[in-house]
Amino acid sequence: MKHCLVVDDSSVIRKVARRILEDMDFSISEAEDGQQALDACKESMPDAILLDWNMPVMDGLEFLNKLREEEGGDVPLVVFCTTENDVAHIAKAIRAGANEYIMKPFDRDIIEAKFQEVGLI
Amino acid sequence: MTPSEYEFLKQFLKSRSGLVLSDEKQYLVESRLVPVTRRTGHKNLSALIADLGPRGSEELKNTVVEAMTTNESFFFRDKTPFDHFRKTMLPSMLTNRAGSKRVRIWCAAASTGQEPYSIGMCLQEDRGKTGGFRFEILGTDISSEVLEKARMGIYSQFEVQRGLPIQMLLKFFSQQGELWQVAPELRAMVQWRKLNLLQNFSHLGEFDIIFCRNVLIYFDQDTKRDILQRLAKQMPSDGFLVLGAAETVVGLTDAFEPVPDHRGLYRPRKSATTTRAPLGTTSPAQPAKGPVDPLNSPAFQKLRALRG
Ligand SMILES: C[S@@+](CC[C@H](N)C(=O)[O-])C[C@H]1O[C@@H](n2cnc3c(N)ncnc32)[C@H](O)[C@@H]1O
Repeated sequence: MKHCLVVDDSSVIRKVARRILEDMDFSISEAEDGQQALDACKESMPDAILLDWNMPVMDGLEFLNKLREEEGGDVPLVVFCTTENDVAHIAKAIRAGANEYIMKPFDRDIIEAKFQEVGLI
Repeated sequence: MTPSEYEFLKQFLKSRSGLVLSDEKQYLVESRLVPVTRRTGHKNLSALIADLGPRGSEELKNTVVEAMTTNESFFFRDKTPFDHFRKTMLPSMLTNRAGSKRVRIWCAAASTGQEPYSIGMCLQEDRGKTGGFRFEILGTDISSEVLEKARMGIYSQFEVQRGLPIQMLLKFFSQQGELWQVAPELRAMVQWRKLNLLQNFSHLGEFDIIFCRNVLIYFDQDTKRDILQRLAKQMPSDGFLVLGAAETVVGLTDAFEPVPDHRGLYRPRKSATTTRAPLGTTSPAQPAKGPVDPLNSPAFQKLRALRG
């Protein structure tokens, strides 16, 4: 079973994402900000990370930059999932090493399509 | 809507667009046509149906036909057809058309345009290999409404996130608020035209590759067979036909044969014999003297004649 780390400061979003991803046969853990996510990754690298952008303590982009510098940090497939929906943000995320990008609001179809795109399913 | 009105509507749709409705699809008709009655000012479905008779306006009939079409589509739908396009169809055409350097592609049920634009994106991605070649992509559909949208190439945030890799979104679209528009150079690759597959399409000329996906499923066997056989006539013997995931030629026609290991991909059958000996009977003696030139075989000559 593949493992996905869901990173979002909204507990509602985490719950929705968890439900969708569990139906897709992923095991899930959650983090509320970039720092928590980074700590979790240092402990064990997930297969996938669903990543919000705007969060307190450490935002998604900073987390991604730090993750990609970690040993083994190039392994997880990172899918941004954020309300930031302009070209500048998307391009920045891709340059930082994001594999895919979801513009909120999202639904089951979009998560499935994007996870398929990066080869997770 | 009375049973006899429903019966009339079924026949109307079948003859106009090929759409076959089973007996328990009343709810579908209601959900699609009640909104139409509001636009056309009919007081209910019965009144609308009454106006579809011989003296009814063509405009109203088209509106009803269009309202009953299912237009769902998305970019790179099912993925494999587009892998086949880049890995199999395109290389084959680059070799076989090295002389004319012209390749014609037809999306025969293009809906809101995602399919032809996906093909266009494949071609742009492979630009390095296709130098000097000219590609024509034609998108047709029975519905003018979807064609209008296709032509504009404007999609919602939701639509650009189903099947379209984010890199392609950045490369081939420009943002207009919450909407995304296909880049002018990609839009310029595709031509649009209204066309009902039930009607004659021989005037469109020959196509090297035909995508006819997720439309035959709405038709009955005879209609499917008829369309497939007419598609075969628009195609050179080295052409390709792409069908949807739930569609096949098997059991319908001998005009096409599946390409091995390529789901949904078909080619005109080379040995297209118009009359096949029934199983168990011995075929008339073959003049089997050495290799037969397929281009001079009687079957081919006959095909030639048929194709005009
Ligand atoms: C489900 S869409 C398929 C779109 C695209 N090929 C795909 O696979 O995503 C089916 C389309 O077929 C069109 N259609 C239905 N009957 C037709 C007919 N008789 N002639 C041409 N197009 C037709 C509908 O208007 C609709 O846009």
